[in-house]
Amino acid sequence: MKRDPLWREELSIFSADEKYVNRRQFAKFLVLTSAGMFVGNLWILVKGWLTKTPVYPLRSIAKLGEIPIGGSKLFNYPTAADPCILVRTGETELAAFSQKCTHLSCSVYYQRESNRFECPCHQGYFAAKDGRVLQGPPQRPLPRILLQQKGDELFAVGVDLGEA
Amino acid sequence: MEPSHKRGLTAIDGALALIAILLIVQMWLLTATLESFLAGHREAALPSAIASGLLALACFGLYLFVRGVDREERKR
Repeated sequence: MKRDPLWREELSIFSADEKYVNRRQFAKFLVLTSAGMFVGNLWILVKGWLTKTPVYPLRSIAKLGEIPIGGSKLFNYPTAADPCILVRTGETELAAFSQKCTHLSCSVYYQRESNRFECPCHQGYFAAKDGRVLQGPPQRPLPRILLQQKGDELFAVGVDLGEA
Repeated sequence: MEPSHKRGLTAIDGALALIAILLIVQMWLLTATLESFLAGHREAALPSAIASGLLALACFGLYLFVRGVDREERKR
């Protein structure tokens, strides 16, 4: 059977047919968007397969005596492109987190008065104790840097993304 | 407008509504998977990709239906 040429399918001279053409073209657009969503899901899957489980180095980040109670120190871990923040909230209470907000990666800073981290970009707040979201647009807690204390020295030994 | 012509349009509108609903589910699935992936949960990616693929196939099936109705009606 001979098919109509493409132009005849896409451009109708009958106004009643125009409604069909418009709807078919809209359906095509929606199906292409649907295919795009599928490709996005596939991309996440492939990225998960290709990304190796990171190996975290043991790195000295601070001396205990150099951070006063209520004070903080910035460092980079596990690479130089990963800013982190170490806070001392009590005599023996120390916690370190990634400094990148989990919303849009702005740098968070420590608020001593309220004992929390604030992201100044969109007013996201995280608990200084465990990095969980207190308020604002972030959906995930701050990745926690695992610490190890040897004498007076503090070492970063790993990263916990924060969700069990 | 002829009744059969109108029926065809109604069928296409129904199919379009279904495609739109499936697409919304796919959008939610993609954002939820991405959020979960960024939180370190890679195990959600495979079932999500399979579900998204099935939804995309269903959308394509509905598109074929729309195209079939369109051709059928315009032949008359």
